[in-house]
Parts: sequence; structure tokens; C-alpha cells
Amino acid sequence: MPNRSFFWFFFPAGLAMILFIGLPIISTGIQSFYAQHDQILIEVKKCDPFGCKTSVVVDQEATSKIKEEKPLGKFNGFGTYIDRNHLASDQMSEFWSESKSVGEFIGKVGNLPFYKALVFTLTYCVIVTPCVLLLGFIIALSLNAISRKIRGPLIFGTILPMIVTPLVGSLVLFWMIDAEGIIGANLQILMDDPYLSVKSSKALTWITIIIYGVWHHSPFAFVVFYAALQTVPQEPLEASIIDGASRFQRVKHIVLPHIYPVVTFVALISLMDNFRVFEPIIGFSAEGSAQSLSWLIYDNLVNEEVILFGSAAATSIMTIVGISIILTPVLLRTWKEFRTNR
Amino acid sequence: MKKILVTLLFLLFGTVANADCNIKSGSINILANDFPALRTLVETAKECKGSADFKVTHSAEHNKIAVPALTANPSEFSVRVAANSSIVPLMNADLIRPMNDLVKKYGKGIQESQLITIDGKVMAVAFMANTQHLYVRTDVLKENGIAIPKTYEEVVAAAEKIRAAGKMKYPYAAAYKAGWNLAEEFVNMYIGHGGEFFKDGGAQPNINNAKGVATLNMLKKLADLSNPDYLTHDSEAIKVEWESGNVAIMTLWASRSGTLLDDEGDAKITAATKLVAPATVGGGNIPAATLWWDGFTLAKNRSDADAEASFRAMAHAASSKDMVAKAADQAVWLVEGFVPGPKSVGVIEAVKMGAKPYPMLPQMGLMHGALGSEIVEFLQGNESAEQALKDVEAAYITKAKEQGFL
Repeated sequence: MPNRSFFWFFFPAGLAMILFIGLPIISTGIQSFYAQHDQILIEVKKCDPFGCKTSVVVDQEATSKIKEEKPLGKFNGFGTYIDRNHLASDQMSEFWSESKSVGEFIGKVGNLPFYKALVFTLTYCVIVTPCVLLLGFIIALSLNAISRKIRGPLIFGTILPMIVTPLVGSLVLFWMIDAEGIIGANLQILMDDPYLSVKSSKALTWITIIIYGVWHHSPFAFVVFYAALQTVPQEPLEASIIDGASRFQRVKHIVLPHIYPVVTFVALISLMDNFRVFEPIIGFSAEGSAQSLSWLIYDNLVNEEVILFGSAAATSIMTIVGISIILTPVLLRTWKEFRTNR
Repeated sequence: MKKILVTLLFLLFGTVANADCNIKSGSINILANDFPALRTLVETAKECKGSADFKVTHSAEHNKIAVPALTANPSEFSVRVAANSSIVPLMNADLIRPMNDLVKKYGKGIQESQLITIDGKVMAVAFMANTQHLYVRTDVLKENGIAIPKTYEEVVAAAEKIRAAGKMKYPYAAAYKAGWNLAEEFVNMYIGHGGEFFKDGGAQPNINNAKGVATLNMLKKLADLSNPDYLTHDSEAIKVEWESGNVAIMTLWASRSGTLLDDEGDAKITAATKLVAPATVGGGNIPAATLWWDGFTLAKNRSDADAEASFRAMAHAASSKDMVAKAADQAVWLVEGFVPGPKSVGVIEAVKMGAKPYPMLPQMGLMHGALGSEIVEFLQGNESAEQALKDVEAAYITKAKEQGFL
């Protein structure tokens, strides 16, 4: 395709991307370098049905004047990025000098909100992504091998988890693991512990969310792999059967190399999706035991009665950086392959 | 002739129904929390909307919507039904308007005590009071020979006795859902211990002390007597627990009693449910509870005509003797003519015992937010009380610095 026609084809999509993705990211970036102005508080008399007392309020006249001069707020540089709720550089060095062992240091760092969220996000990513790839591939292979007559309904059943709205899916599981739900109650009987609660145990909550993640994302991998399997050429497969190759050998030496680019693609998308894990945390009311980076942003924007724009912006930018870092190896590989192919 | 007469009659009745408000223009759009008393209030306001446009959004997520919706100009809502805590972010960002002139002009039926004034400016008109207090199952207590608990120490003892008797596995319940609810329980208990959240009137936090530790230890004791899923239970969830007969003692909002005592559900449980005063704690004499008011505020970024129409409709409801007589068991109304019934016991006792109102301070929301997420690990047993309180203060300080309070 000539560059000129490519440009005009790409133009509408590109424009939308700049307007709705590019500019908001830039604005978020700028916002992350600013904090609110110093609050000017004045003492006033407050009266309500329960009586009067003197206490402080924000002085609106003085505040609005400052806000008009500098609507963005007070320039804070990387202040928000390195504060305790984000990278916590001061706390890190303090912990390092305080701690007697590396284990103690890691324990203390793991208690900081950003790192707590990062640990969960990475754990989720690292476990869910390979499981999704593997499970999706196995399902695709087995469905590809069975009779065409029952394949249709089976495919529909398999992609059901993807059709169910994430929030609804997680709520269903949430009720099942309730202390009086079918899974929760049976676990109590099985473990002989009437106080066992899946929802209050950190480890069990993590496991639940991870299982849910695998259940929800596998159909996507399955659909893509299944489509790719249809393109595998039959001749080399038949030749290998004649050569006496086992089923496993055929998959390993013929099928996998053929669909390899698709595997990379699914891995990329899954990694990106999983790094932004969010809905299951809300669906499972798991805020107490599991926090992800996306949840931190949400928390800053809605959970406080005061909205922390700077904090949320800083976390957003760091999430983008995090996704880029995670994707680098896969992208580098694709780039290399692209070069050798030429 | 007959037709004309009928039409005339209709017209006459039509004007009678709307006579007291007679609103001719403007539009009214209300944002409110979702519980029965507020629905009643809004319905009453609607009665006199006249020819004004009338819309309402009842949402449990009202706190998340309010600030962004009122920041827009013109704002989405003309009225925000708020409480002591949720009015603060609106005032911090200068999103609501003083209504002294409107009160003077149209607020005849509103009592002086209903007005929330800041430095003489009327920022809200309250219509109901609320608090969290104890609910007990008289039959279970009687069976086990337990008197109605007056302190949280007695609550713990009673719950332990009920559990030991094999009657119930999780005899106590309170809304301990991580986040806002859990933080609210801390606030109640800390105030019950006589704690102050900030150092002498400033914004420096002041919770990492003996009172804070005692508060956390009491919360933990109560949590151990609750359903193990307590960190995911909000007010609705524990109400369900109560109605299933799993709980004998519970701390819950007064405003939630309406649906708890209605005809639906097990009649035996409903008959044995009794509302009593909030408990004290740690030998203190004020209850471990906070007093709340619910009132309406007017958006600043809305035309004067809309504000006037909205005020007149809301003032009609907030002074309606008819409404408080009909819905006497839905809330503790602050409106003139309200006769308190058995469901008002909690709030009335709390006021008598000298309960403190929830602190209406500009930085309190940040403290509340920090509490809601940082004390969870202590309750899970992964952290000491001192460490949890240290974390709360550190998280609060970081946020307060970003917001310019420190």
C-alpha cells in the first residue's frame, strides 16, 4: 500500500486515538506534577441541630483568588511520585537503615500501599497469563479434535465466561464463597474449622481472584487459538503421522511453531489486561486483602470524600510505565522476528 | 355546560393540591442517598413541584457522584441531600450556595434548629437525625440470662456467653466492610474512648495513642464475635444476617430500622427485636457513636430560578407536619410536629447521653479514608495495633500534604 493511501486510511483512527487517548494521557501526566494549593483555613461558628461550636472551614474567598491565578495547583515536581503513597523513597531508605535483615526490609516495604498493590498486580499477571495461554491452548486443541456435530454448542459453552459481564461473574463466585455459600460452607466442613472464611483470608482471596481471572480470560485465548488451528496445513501433519510422530510431538514441532505469532499476540493482550486487573476486586469486595494499581487509582478518585487528582494521575502514569516495562521483552522479540523476516 | 363544570372542578382541585408552593418555573433535580426516609421526603417535595421540571436520583453511590456532578457548570443537580460528612467536600470546593434569603422568603415552616449555619450563612437545612446504636434480640438475651448491654465490654461478654451456650456461632454484627464503613466504626469507638482526631485544632493527626490502641482492640474483639466475612459486610449485609436469625446483638444505623421491623420476614425475630441506646466503651460516659443529620443543600452552579424552585419544593417537605405524622417510624425527623416512636429510641438516647456529632472538619474525609484501608491488616491479625495506627497517620499525612492541609 502506498504511504499516501495508508495515511488516509489510518487518519480517522489516528485522530480518535490522539483525541481520546493521547491528549488525556498528556493531561494526566501534567496533572501528576501538581498538588493542591495550601488550604487557607479560618475559624468560624458552626451550628447544627446538635448545637454550636467554633471550628475551621476553608476560606473560600482567599482560595478562589489563588485558584484563579494558578488553576492547576501548586507545582510539586516528582513530589507526588516519591511520597509514601507511591514510590516512598524516604520511607525506603529509612526502612533500609532500620531493618536488621533483608526479610524485615521486604516486609516493611510490602506494607506501603503502592508496593502492596504492585505485588498483587504482578502476582496476578505472572500466574494468570501463562495459565490462560495454556488452558486456552488445551481447550482449543481438544475442541479441534472432537466431532464437528457437537463442536458448535461446546464452543458456545466455552466462551460463556467471556460473555458474562465481569462484575456479574465475580458476584456469582462471591456469593458461592460466602461463609454460608456452597463453596464457603463446604470448605468449613472439609477443613473442620467453623471460623474459616475465604473472604477474610488474604491467601484464599488472592487464590479466588486468580482462579476467577483464569476462568474469565481463557475463552479469549481459546477463540484466537482455535481460529489459528484452522490454518495449520494438513500435509506436514499427515507426513509426520506416517513418520510415526506421537500426538505430543506433532503439537510441539508442527502446530506450535505455526501458530507462534498468535501466541505472542495473545500473551501481549493478556499481559496488558491482567496488569490492569480491577473488576474482580470490586466484585469480590476484596479491597481489604487485595489491591491492584488500578484499584489505587479508583480509590484516590472516589473512595475519599476529597478527590486526589495528583495521586491518581501519578499512579496512572506509573501503571503505563509498568505495562511498557512488562511488554518490552515480548515487543523486542516481535521486532527481532520482523527484522529477520525481511 | 356539564363538561365545563367538570373541567372547572378539575382545575380547582388541581390548584388546591399545589396551592402552598405555586412554583411556576425553574427545574429541580435532586441527588440523594437511597433509604426509605429520603424517598418519602423526595416524594413530599414532588407534591408541590407545580409546573417546574422534577427529577431525582437516589443512589447508594451518591458520595462518588456528588462532587464531580456539582462542579460542572451548570451543575447536573440543583439539590444535594447531604449529611455532616458529605457536606464538607462540597464546602471545601465551594459548590453549594448560602440560602439565608430563601429561608427568609419561603422558609416559614422551618425551625431555627434545622438550619446548618457556617459563620451565619445557612448552608443546609436538616430534616432528620441519625446515629448508630444497638439492636438486641430480647428472646436470646432472656434465654441466656443476660441483661441488655450498656457498654461494649458488656456486649463482648454477652456475645461470648451466647456463643458458649452454642446458640449462635456469630452472635454480634456491625458494618465492618473495609473502607468507609469500617472507618466509621473506628470513628465511633475512638470518640467513645474520648479521643480527638487532630492535635489542638490543627490538621496534624492524633490517633496513634493509648486510646487508639484501645479502640482497635475493642474492634478486634467484636470482629472475632462476628461472621468471619465481616470485612465484606455493609449495613445491608448485616441486616440480612439479622433477619436470618444469625445475630443477637448488632450495631446499626437508626435509619435502617424501618425495613428491619416491617411485616416481611420471620415474625418471631421481628417481635423480639428491640432498639436500645448506643453503648459506651472503656468506662467513658459518652456513647461510642456519632450523631448525624441529613439535610438538603443547593448547588451553586445553577441558576437562581432553579435554586428558588428547588428550595421551595424541599422546604415544603422539610417542614411538612403531614409527612412526619405519616412516616413517623421511618426516621427521627427534626421537623416540627414529630412525635418520636419506639424506633427513635436510639437517637433520642444518644442525644440524652451527650453523643458528639460527626466532626465536620475539612480534612476529616482524608482521615476517614486512611482509616478505612489501613486498619484492615490489624483486624486480619497481620499487624500490631501500633503499626496500624502509625500507617493510618502516615497515609493521612501524605494525602493531607497533597491536598495542602499540612
